[in-house]
Amino acid sequence: MSQGRVVILGAGHAGGSAAAALRHYGHEGPIVLVGEEPLLPYQRPPLSKAWLKGEVDEEELQLRPASFYAENDIAVRLGVRATRIDREAKQVAISDGEVLPYDRLIIATGARARRLALPGGEMARTLELRTAADAEMLKASIAPGKRLVIVGGGYVGLEVAASARALGAEATVVEREPRILARVACPLLSDFFTAYHRKHGVRFELDAFVEALEGESGQVTAARLNDGRRIACDVVLIGVGALPNQELAEDAGLPCDHGILVDEGARTIDPAVFAIGDVTRRPLPLYRRLFRLESVPNALEQAKQAAAAITGHKPPPHEVPWFWSDQYDLKLQIAGLPFDVEDLIVRGSPDSARFAVFHMKGNVIQAVEAVNSPAEFMGGKLLIGSQKPVSREKLADPSISMKEVAI
Amino acid sequence: MTKITYIEFDGTEHPVEVRNGLTVMEGAIKNNVPGIDADCGGACACATCHVYVDEAWREKTGTASAMEESMLDFAQNVQPNSRLSCQIKVTDALDGLIVRMPEEQH
Repeated sequence: MSQGRVVILGAGHAGGSAAAALRHYGHEGPIVLVGEEPLLPYQRPPLSKAWLKGEVDEEELQLRPASFYAENDIAVRLGVRATRIDREAKQVAISDGEVLPYDRLIIATGARARRLALPGGEMARTLELRTAADAEMLKASIAPGKRLVIVGGGYVGLEVAASARALGAEATVVEREPRILARVACPLLSDFFTAYHRKHGVRFELDAFVEALEGESGQVTAARLNDGRRIACDVVLIGVGALPNQELAEDAGLPCDHGILVDEGARTIDPAVFAIGDVTRRPLPLYRRLFRLESVPNALEQAKQAAAAITGHKPPPHEVPWFWSDQYDLKLQIAGLPFDVEDLIVRGSPDSARFAVFHMKGNVIQAVEAVNSPAEFMGGKLLIGSQKPVSREKLADPSISMKEVAI
Repeated sequence: MTKITYIEFDGTEHPVEVRNGLTVMEGAIKNNVPGIDADCGGACACATCHVYVDEAWREKTGTASAMEESMLDFAQNVQPNSRLSCQIKVTDALDGLIVRMPEEQH
């Protein structure tokens, strides 16, 4: 049984799950969970979806009820953040002046929204979406007839666009690339989602960027595009990606490279220090490279890795990275990452809003993007994990079940 | 409130009261019942809230949607009474429900 004192910096999905996993694996020593936000660990994914639409409340967002932390003797320190890690003395200074000693430290500081240096960007109702507080402000600004400009055609922006339409607001997405989801999805998927959003009344300005925001009395009233056109608006959401909160680790001399570098057990180079979740750049055994994943499944997997390493529990199985996004009545599920892809196999038809794109390396599936196709997602994820070659003909034929393809 | 008994793989029973309108998955999470991971938080995206519905309750819990069915098809140790607990809404009709958890969700 592990007895030492574990301090966890960051009370998001990763940090909260690490605390729970430590107890689950039998850790007996003290656990201190330090969070900057005033809330107990909660689900971030609904912030752009169900929460924005008022379908869930704060209590339903919580990862675990407050009683969980008391029952499991997890000390939670909210509304404070770590200001310095002293690895030699094995202690962390936090913003209220206290110093927390540790035997093991887990850094789970997550990522923050990337900011744009836009003229006028300081005006009211220029928002980002990362935290429940951000979502609260966004929610208060979206109402029937309100005009929303979304800078960045990534998942956050598109999910908010879909929610805004459901709430009767207008939405215009401005994307610098010629297509939305350019960094994260194949062109077929980009085209499909663009068309689907257009059908629901979302406008797109592709291959364009916002040069400045204009306003009156400190309130944003328009976004000016690079070609000089103005889009009148009541609120602007900037959704252009996230940056890892790695500065604390860097200052403490832990190697970072677009994320804190960790091994397959979420260890940093310091045996007493672990890092998990969005803040890390981690090995992907399946793809033989390092990558920074921003996803709930990654946060959960690494939380278990760190907890297992600390308690001596057997390490969790390697997972295939996966992601999901809900927009309108579309459920997008993605498994794997499209590395070393030679060609694509499309199963089903985008016209039916039910199809899957398999990213192939020879006869091996590297990644799958599945729209309203859970069997293709689940079967694809299994096959990505096993690296088992498949029959390309069967995979391309939707009349042959995924079960049969996967056998 | 509706009474639900969750039984862990090792036989440990957790009789709890769950508010109507929540899902059977949420009932487990809110009452700190171990054995249901629910990685995706109830979006029917992950199949880590897999439960076996007690035979006596299969009819009252209804049938799985096509989406749930497809997810379950690829979950581990699936049985005819397998369900994703995030897809079962708690109502008065389920008072006394018994569900069992598989050994692992991953």
